[in-house]
Formats: sequence, C-alpha cells, structure tokens
Amino acid sequence: MEIPYTVEDREDTGLNNVKLGIWLFLASEVMLFGGLFSSYVLLRVGAETWPVGASILSVPIATFNTVVLIASSVTMVMAWASLKMNDFGKFKLYLGSTVGLAVLFLCVKAYEYADKFSHDLYPAESTFLAIYFTVTGLHALHIVGGIVVNGYFVGPGSKMWKTAPEQFTNRIEAAGLYWHFVDLVWIFLFPVLYLL
Amino acid sequence: MSGTSADEIRKHVKVYVMVFVALMVLTVATVGVSYLELTIPLAILVALVVATIKGSLVARYFMHLVGEKKAVTWSLVLTAVFFCVLMFIPLFAMLDHTGQ
Repeated sequence: MEIPYTVEDREDTGLNNVKLGIWLFLASEVMLFGGLFSSYVLLRVGAETWPVGASILSVPIATFNTVVLIASSVTMVMAWASLKMNDFGKFKLYLGSTVGLAVLFLCVKAYEYADKFSHDLYPAESTFLAIYFTVTGLHALHIVGGIVVNGYFVGPGSKMWKTAPEQFTNRIEAAGLYWHFVDLVWIFLFPVLYLL
Repeated sequence: MSGTSADEIRKHVKVYVMVFVALMVLTVATVGVSYLELTIPLAILVALVVATIKGSLVARYFMHLVGEKKAVTWSLVLTAVFFCVLMFIPLFAMLDHTGQ
C-alpha cells in the first residue's frame, strides 16, 4: 500500500504528511525538553546554593561546540537548498559535512565527560551535575539519532533521488527540521548550564 | 517551502549565510556578557534574551517558519502554551511550599 500525501499537500492542513508528522513530533520534543528545563528551574530555585556553571565546566570547549553545532545547522539547510537547485553533488558534500560536524560535537562532548569523570565529578556528586549529565546526555542521544538518519540519507537512502526526487527532498527537509531543533535546544542549554 | 523555485532558493542561501554570521556574533556576545560582573537576575535575563533571539533566527530562517502554513503555526502556539504551563509548575510548587 502506498503512503498518501508524501509529496502533494493535504487539502485539510495544506501540508504533506512528512511535514505535518515531523512538526507534531517536534512539538512532543519541546515538551520532553520543557519538562527537564522545568525540573532545572525547580531544583535551582529550591537549592540553598547553586554553582556557576563556568566554575565546574569549560566555557571555551562549550563555545567551540556551539559554533560546531550552528555550522552543522547551516550545512544542513544548504544540503536541502542544493537539492532544490538540482545539485546532487553539493547536497552530498553539505549533508556529509553535517554528519562530520555532528560526530565532532559528540567527540568534544565525550572529552568533556571524560574530563569530569577523571576528576571524580559524577552525576551523584551534586544536583547541578545530575541535571547537567541528564540534559546534555539526552541532547547527545538526539545528536546520535541525527547522525544515524543523516548518515542514511548521505549513503544508501540517497538512491531515492533518482526515482523520487521530490519525495527525497521532502525527507531531507524533515530531517533538517529535526536537526535545527537539536541545534535550537543547545542554544538554550549552553547559557543555562555553562554561563549562569 | 516545498514549492519554492531554484531562483528563490538562491536568494535564500544569502539569507542563510547572514543568519549564520548573526548567530556567531550573538554566541560571542553571550560568552562576552557572562564575563561582565552582572547580578544573577540580570545575567539570567540577558542570557535568555540573547538565546531567544538566536533561537528565533534558527526557527524563522533555517526551519522556514516565516511563511509556513497555519496548521504548523497553530500547532506551535498550542505547544508554546503547554510549555509555559510546564515552566510555571515549579513556581506554583514553590509558592505552595512556602505557604504564600
């Protein structure tokens, strides 16, 4: 059975199912991270003392990672734009760069975690570290998800460009929306955890 | 954005580059402000305002929320309402805890 409305827009919503689906998924993701932000506020307001993130975490490393993730968002949107301009070669280059930057982000994050563990700074050490590892760990899992999906579209999934280019472009747009959301979450996590 | 022509996309690419530069500048500003000795409430306010500006740039231009269909806009408005409720729960819990 063929899945309906993968390319053409539905009459009731004016959207194709790909876009409608990814936006509803992202709405649920807002609530997931919103719950954790809410927990952070509750824990911080209720605590007698709360450390400034920069006293425990490395601001230069996190700033570097912020630049990496923003750059990956730009390459992601350029990958989609390349498909719209019928330039499949550039699409591969940009989406490959997005995956590469995502892997770099994870490597830096792993270095950060290893540095904390080497100083016996584990989640059980303090409430601040517990929420730090929970939120950044969940965010890192989202990065892994993005690497898997975008890696598939750079590799075997890209065959669809030859048979159904419009549907493939819509898939890349949906993957891009997810990736920009992951970037957006980090834009808020960075100041909240590292700078305040 | 699904029906956008190649010529229009070329114009969009220039916007993406400008947004990227703006995001870099705002990231430097976020870090720079953190080195100023602001009071905690003011530091939180400034950091969240800058983060919100950066977030809206990503949402408006990279996620194409500018000119997106109403179904998406209204879904997000509803999400924002629920998000605000979620963020106010700690406040209500604190008020209940302190008996105010």
